[in-house]
Amino acid sequence: MKRQINEMKVVFPSLSENERFARIAVSGFLSFTDPQVDELADIKTAVSEAVTNCIVHGYPDSIGKIELCVKVAQEGRVYIRISDKGCGIEDVKKAMEPLFTTRPEEDRAGLGFAVMETFMDKVKVTSRQGKGTTVVLEKRICSRRENG
Amino acid sequence: MGVEITAAGRVLCARLIGDIDHHTAKQLRGDIDIAVNENDPEELILDFSAVTFMDSSGIGLVMGRYKLMQERGGRLVVAKTPPYISKVMRVSGISRLARIVTDYELPNEEASGEVVKVETANQ
Repeated sequence: MKRQINEMKVVFPSLSENERFARIAVSGFLSFTDPQVDELADIKTAVSEAVTNCIVHGYPDSIGKIELCVKVAQEGRVYIRISDKGCGIEDVKKAMEPLFTTRPEEDRAGLGFAVMETFMDKVKVTSRQGKGTTVVLEKRICSRRENG
Repeated sequence: MGVEITAAGRVLCARLIGDIDHHTAKQLRGDIDIAVNENDPEELILDFSAVTFMDSSGIGLVMGRYKLMQERGGRLVVAKTPPYISKVMRVSGISRLARIVTDYELPNEEASGEVVKVETANQ
């Protein structure tokens, strides 16, 4: 039987307390897939990085909207899209280099994208200066039922 | 979210509690740095046993404390990291900067072990 695709979307302001909300929203939504604990931890970490980027870099001097969409397609393929309409990234390639940060004075490690790339199967970043940034994270998860 | 700080001799132990992200890291950094300045320890232990979540903001916190202890001529120890946190630490290569231990003992724990500060902040 073909499974209906399940998806959700939440929009919230770029307040730092919403980093936690975003992680909990994603893990709550994905609970129907019965994911493994470590896979869920990986996804939560990547989501936290992407949302933090929107807050710290997308809207450095203002509060704007962050949109978070999660879709679960066939075979446990999870797609997560996190977008802002903030200032955008001048050089995406450079921004994705490990240890590159524009904020060393705030103890930012410059590892946000490196963490996303380590913990997810695919990370796609599109950005336009003055228009905003969209990050799409992809990971195939195996449910505990499938495994055992 | 919070940090429980214990001073024992020249060792300062900061036991981090709850989620470490960009939102919570600022307060945690501030609390630890105040205690370091007040106690002037030779060794700072960051205990992650009660940390429920950590992203790269936690790596920033460790790197920043490493620099602080370097400047003061002291050492940094990272202790009791749960598996999901070890995974985040590995991305950063933090093992090159700090000693990573699975357990530790504070000197003269019974005699001078003293909780100098328990800080909690609202999420």
